[in-house]
Amino acid sequence: MAKKEKEIVSSGVHYKPSFGDRMISIITYIVYSIFAFVCVYPFYYIFINSISSNQLSERGKIIFVPKEIHFTNYISVMRLEGLFDAAKISILRTTIGTLVVVFTSAFLGYMFTSKTMWARKFWYRFIAATMYFNAGIIPLYITMNNLKLTNNFWIYILPTAISPFYLILCKTFIEATPAELRDAAMIDGAGTLTIFFRIMLPVIKPILATVAIFTAVNQWNAFQDTLIYVTDKKLNTLQYVLYQYITQSSSIKALLNGSSSSANIAASMAKMQTATSVRMTVTIVVVTPILLVYPFFQKYFTKGIMIGAVKG
Amino acid sequence: MSKKKWRSFREFLYILPFVLIVLMVSYYPLYGWVYAFFDYKPPAPLTPDKFVGLKWFKYMVENPVKIKQILQVLRNTFAISGLSLLFSWFPMMFAVFLNEIKCVPFKKFVQTVTTIPNFISWVLVFSIAYSVLNSTGVVNSILLNLHLIDRPIDFLKSTEHIYFKQWLWLTWKNAGWAAIMYIAAITGIDEQMIEAAKVDGASRMQIIRHITIPSILPTYFVIVMLNLANFLTNGMEQFYVFQNSFNKDYIQVLDLYVYNLAMGSGGYSLSVAVSILKTIVSIVLLSLTNGFSKLVRGEGFI
Repeated sequence: MAKKEKEIVSSGVHYKPSFGDRMISIITYIVYSIFAFVCVYPFYYIFINSISSNQLSERGKIIFVPKEIHFTNYISVMRLEGLFDAAKISILRTTIGTLVVVFTSAFLGYMFTSKTMWARKFWYRFIAATMYFNAGIIPLYITMNNLKLTNNFWIYILPTAISPFYLILCKTFIEATPAELRDAAMIDGAGTLTIFFRIMLPVIKPILATVAIFTAVNQWNAFQDTLIYVTDKKLNTLQYVLYQYITQSSSIKALLNGSSSSANIAASMAKMQTATSVRMTVTIVVVTPILLVYPFFQKYFTKGIMIGAVKG
Repeated sequence: MSKKKWRSFREFLYILPFVLIVLMVSYYPLYGWVYAFFDYKPPAPLTPDKFVGLKWFKYMVENPVKIKQILQVLRNTFAISGLSLLFSWFPMMFAVFLNEIKCVPFKKFVQTVTTIPNFISWVLVFSIAYSVLNSTGVVNSILLNLHLIDRPIDFLKSTEHIYFKQWLWLTWKNAGWAAIMYIAAITGIDEQMIEAAKVDGASRMQIIRHITIPSILPTYFVIVMLNLANFLTNGMEQFYVFQNSFNKDYIQVLDLYVYNLAMGSGGYSLSVAVSILKTIVSIVLLSLTNGFSKLVRGEGFI
């Protein structure tokens, strides 16, 4: 895209920008700088607070520059009860959930391109229709309870194991690959599954990358399923634990405000954990994977929305 | 069985396990809708004597307390969805003017950083909101330092402009991402058209008004239709994390109401009834907007 734009600029008709045009330039640069700032600064703000003196941070003194830098917060939160387990669960569900969705989307997408399947259209619609309805919280809870999935790790995987949307993405992609590919293999005597694993999977890797990245982000961010189906603390995810820290820290704060100023209680120990430091540090821990992954995989994200848009 | 038939059936057998999973997690729960017609109090199982017919549906329109609550919930839902609809042009204009930036690295940078918030969870958004807006957060610190206020404002508890503030968070999270579709549509505009307009002495505003915006209006139309189809669906996560005892009356949208009924006050059957009504209205809205889109564009979006 960048190359194309440069060409337009250089090959373009040279015209003298009018006053109005230049004003537009200046205003757009200013406005978009503000937008960018509004999106970047909160992350930066929380980060510098998590590495600054906890006492200063507690009093809201860290705004642009970190002061008295230390990293003890990151070591301390590791010892917080439940955080390590929550990280394990979050990583596990992200990994397994992503593998499962990638496989089911690719496999079903592939199978539904096979015109010979018995009642293919009916089964395809049977699955695609689930995009448009949802039984609701209570019916879902009762079902999952009957299926023994509440307080069970698989509640994070099974209900979302088959995603009609990604299935359709894969199906559309496979339909665009040359039919000769599978015809030739079929003539050579390869079975349905062999064709899928040996020929299709390598061919559709680009779309699978998109599916994988979206599923991984969704799995990492999921919060509602823990909220509804899980009471067992061992199955808490990072998102859920973070939410608890925020709501708990506000009650802790209210207590502190009620007695005397929080600064006195925090004493002079810059590295002593406070409600603020725990909250900020955990926030950074939870958000970092997304911030690290996103810039590298941006093109897959963008591709996802575009194919989705074409399909409509 | 002939070889051909067997093959066709075997292909079905390959997908059968997945069909069964879908049946179990998506279709089987639908039977739970019968709870709306019973007086259900778990863990006691459903028995025929608990059948109450349309009691809960009538309850919604007859019990004064419930009527008030439901009107409140509808007001919140309409206000928030209405605001989104009213400002649905924002991502489009964001894309249009982003396209006016000729410095490619800057443009790329803006695009990257404004799309990131779309990929963090609502819990994280709330954590950010809390960090920035609480009594020792950066906003209060700066306002205090500038002596604009004497004491910290508890933004998250105040109900002033609450719909607009919720819209702002939603926009902070989504706008950059929503703009991508328009950016792609703008890239597809015929460059010769723009060159020709420049030769004719068109200003940038004129090009935007007469070429860029008309070219991406079809995309905008689809987005508006989808917005309308999802008018009752705001999702519960955003409002769940932002709700507290101070703003509850203003933030409880339909999705959150269904959840709060289910989890809090033990209104299990009522919750199912509300969610059934919501589903029905949503399906009607979806087919209406889809039909309208077919009428206008010649194709639907389902």
